[in-house]
Amino acid sequence: MSIFHAILFLLAGGGVAWLAERVHVNASRWVSLIVLIAGSIWICMVWLAGADAAGNYGLVEFPWIPRFGIDVILAMDGLSLLMVALTLLLGVVAVVSSWSEIDQRRGFFQANLLWTLAGVVGVFTALDLFLFFVFWEVMLVPMYFLIAIWGHENRGYAAMKFFLFTQISGLLLLLAILTLVFLNYQSSGEITFAYHKLLEAQLPEHLTGYLMLGFFIAFVVKLPSIPFHTWLPDAHTQAPTAGSVILAGILLKTGAYGLIRFVVPLFPDAAMDFRWPAMLLGAGSVIYGGYMAYSQSDFKRLVAYSSISHMGFVLLGVFAWNVLALQGAIVQMVAHGFSSAALFMLAGALQQRLHTREMDRFGGLWQRAPRMGVIALFFVVASLGMPGLGTFVGEFLVLMGSFQVDVPLTVAAAIGIIVAAVYSLSLMQRSFQGGVNPDTENMADFGAREMSVMVLMAIALIGLGVFPQPILDISAVVVNGLPGVGS
Amino acid sequence: MTLHDFVALAPFSLLTLGVMIQLLAISFWRSQNVALFTALAALIAALFGLTVDGGLGSSVLQDVLVLDGITRFFNSLFLIAAILTALFSHLYLQGRAGEQEEFFVLLLLATLGAMTMAAANHFTTLLLGLEILSISLYVMIGYPEEHQAPLEAALKYLVLSGVASTILLFGMALVYMQTGTLSFAQIGEHGNAGNLMLIGQSMMLAAIAFKLSLVPFHMWTPDVYQGAPAPVTGYLATVSKAAMLVVLLRYGLATDLLSNDNAFMLVTLFGILSMLAGNVLALMQENLKRMLAYSSIAHLGYLMIAVAALRLAADQETALETTLVYLSAYFAMSLAAFGVISMLSDAAGDGDTEAIDAYQGLFWRRPAVAAVLTVSMLALAGIPLTLGFVAKFYLITTGVQGMLWALVWALVVGSAVSIYYYLRVVLVMTRQASDVPDNTRQPAIFEYSLLTVLGAIVVFFGVQPTPLISLVRAALAL
Repeated sequence: MSIFHAILFLLAGGGVAWLAERVHVNASRWVSLIVLIAGSIWICMVWLAGADAAGNYGLVEFPWIPRFGIDVILAMDGLSLLMVALTLLLGVVAVVSSWSEIDQRRGFFQANLLWTLAGVVGVFTALDLFLFFVFWEVMLVPMYFLIAIWGHENRGYAAMKFFLFTQISGLLLLLAILTLVFLNYQSSGEITFAYHKLLEAQLPEHLTGYLMLGFFIAFVVKLPSIPFHTWLPDAHTQAPTAGSVILAGILLKTGAYGLIRFVVPLFPDAAMDFRWPAMLLGAGSVIYGGYMAYSQSDFKRLVAYSSISHMGFVLLGVFAWNVLALQGAIVQMVAHGFSSAALFMLAGALQQRLHTREMDRFGGLWQRAPRMGVIALFFVVASLGMPGLGTFVGEFLVLMGSFQVDVPLTVAAAIGIIVAAVYSLSLMQRSFQGGVNPDTENMADFGAREMSVMVLMAIALIGLGVFPQPILDISAVVVNGLPGVGS
Repeated sequence: MTLHDFVALAPFSLLTLGVMIQLLAISFWRSQNVALFTALAALIAALFGLTVDGGLGSSVLQDVLVLDGITRFFNSLFLIAAILTALFSHLYLQGRAGEQEEFFVLLLLATLGAMTMAAANHFTTLLLGLEILSISLYVMIGYPEEHQAPLEAALKYLVLSGVASTILLFGMALVYMQTGTLSFAQIGEHGNAGNLMLIGQSMMLAAIAFKLSLVPFHMWTPDVYQGAPAPVTGYLATVSKAAMLVVLLRYGLATDLLSNDNAFMLVTLFGILSMLAGNVLALMQENLKRMLAYSSIAHLGYLMIAVAALRLAADQETALETTLVYLSAYFAMSLAAFGVISMLSDAAGDGDTEAIDAYQGLFWRRPAVAAVLTVSMLALAGIPLTLGFVAKFYLITTGVQGMLWALVWALVVGSAVSIYYYLRVVLVMTRQASDVPDNTRQPAIFEYSLLTVLGAIVVFFGVQPTPLISLVRAALAL
């Protein structure tokens, strides 16, 4: 099965899941679970089969719109492979987390879930800029439906805000892509959107800065970094659990991926000129996200702001642009995928049981649901960057790498780790410790279904924390191949 | 005229013949079905006539009509739009008291007028086509005369469009005074110099901008769109606009109008103002037809990028290709949207189903219709994998290639704003169904199928635009 078939498989799976609702009310979730498990098995097999001589784990290439030299080029190097694997695994988590939460229009829900994932897999593998843009925009439409239809009380507002932010930045991206292609056409006489050809484009120097900014803004809106982050707390909080899991676990990573794959390689000089402001935004996001997280009373909003803080490390690491920092950023992407997905799943489970996200109305939940308490403690500790867990490796490597580039910003970002401890522990205290709230009586603890995914993600984080070498190996190939990374 | 010319004129003659048969048939036998079927037969015959004509290359008849690939492409679009309008109007009008047959005669006449404009190469044919189209439209807009809104819209359109026509005539007269000819080609040989030319062409541009509803000549658009019966609004939004745009393209190409700084500045200004004002005003609408009116103002504003790109000879081919692709997309998207409104409305009722709130929960009440409207809205907003994105992609390419940065930025800002109001319609449709009973007439299977086909076209060519691009390039002989 090639990458192209995998994307088609997810799209078709969505269609089948939609129709399956007519056979049996619960058939859709089984269809989508089977589709995603099959996808996960596929990506594991691709991983085990190893890369070819060029470092690709698969390549599909055929013409699409010859008029503009647009081809379908789908390829996976180590970075894409990691991201696709994360996407499919978290897809399984998302389906399981919403197993009993969705009680209406189940078929359409699962369809949108699978279509979003198909779009994300496309984003992580497309090496034609037009195709990339198509996937980039298209993955938002089903995500929009997920928030707008199955979201919480303020879903319409959140869905619209999410869509507007990403679409408007997408328009900038489109304009930048087309200008890049046109400038390349002027210098080389060939209209092409192929990534590898555009890497060699001769660009007039006074324009590269603007082009780089067009790409940069589109990706940091998705990341998100201050000052483009305001869509995230709303979207994450209002989305249904599966939507939050996908948003935090996967969609944010498309922004980071875009920075590593496109912004710096396409415009190395302009990006390095922009290094300090970008790293400032990264460090700023770390601190600001942490500060805002601490002041939230809504469980999901707190986790959402903590995502901004964690993704700030990624931005910092990417623009430090050396082997350590980039590897750290990649590990951080994977680790944050699991830790935030788990926390959002926990938030969803609490909301489903107690019909509120306000931490003031939790209190002493550990006594009501000890299994939930243990899981919460584990992932809260993961989120504050405890050594031995994946997030520590990521943040530590990023800080090591960026220390070589800019000391003050690194110091500032390191303070973010202390802030993380504060908000993470306050989350734990306010919800799971303290006096028992009588309203929470008869609360069900995690069942086997929920525990199994949670344990799986916990194992993944421990694995990343104590033995990150496989991830480092696979990303090292990519990182060392990037332009200007000193090795 | 040779036999060859008569064959080339076949679509026009067939349509004229259709009108005559219809008139005869109606005077003996009043039946809406007969009127509809003769109309469809004439339109399909004319479409067939175009394909026969397809191999004939291009010919110019007596310097007044030019029958080339562009003419044929637009005439096919007009005929298809007319067929769809006829089908959407059929059940829409059926419940209404009174005689419906003349509506279909008017539809054929309007299409004949639009086709003549697409072939016009001379001021006389231009005016002839324009007046046939406009006069038929006045009546079509006010056809449900028992209601106030259509009558008001018709009167408004009659008066304002009449003023625009006179301004156009005045402009033509001044151009004639300077050049002594009415033929586009001969005016082109004369060049654009001279004060009379400047004033004349500016007046013509203003009148054309009125017909295209470009800001600041757009005031009539929302009221007329809202008042007109939904199928007619769809026809007005597509055919009458595209017909005027072909004229602008042909005149612009023949006389090299855009190389004139004055004309270029006017077109740029119209474009930027329309994109910004159209989109911002659309944000505030609670009525779907009014919203689509402002959105059509914005879309015609976007198209000014292609018109402005005619300035440099090197960009003209791309500009023409862009216009044809964009208009094809615009036809499909708009007709789908107005088709949905027609299908859910009834001329017998007081006003169409046009409040955006009336679409609440449509996703759960009528999923197929809601899906088509969603596709249409996403396409109008320019989301990838729809024809609307291909069209917008073409426009930005043309703008970047022609270095029309001001227009391109206006397009980016305008599209960004537009996403909000298009998405709002989708959002309303996904809400829980309201308690208000769905009191619209029962839609027919053929209406469902037509809309599904339109939606499928928008998606199919969005995913695989190459067939459409080949068609357009073949029409332009590129």
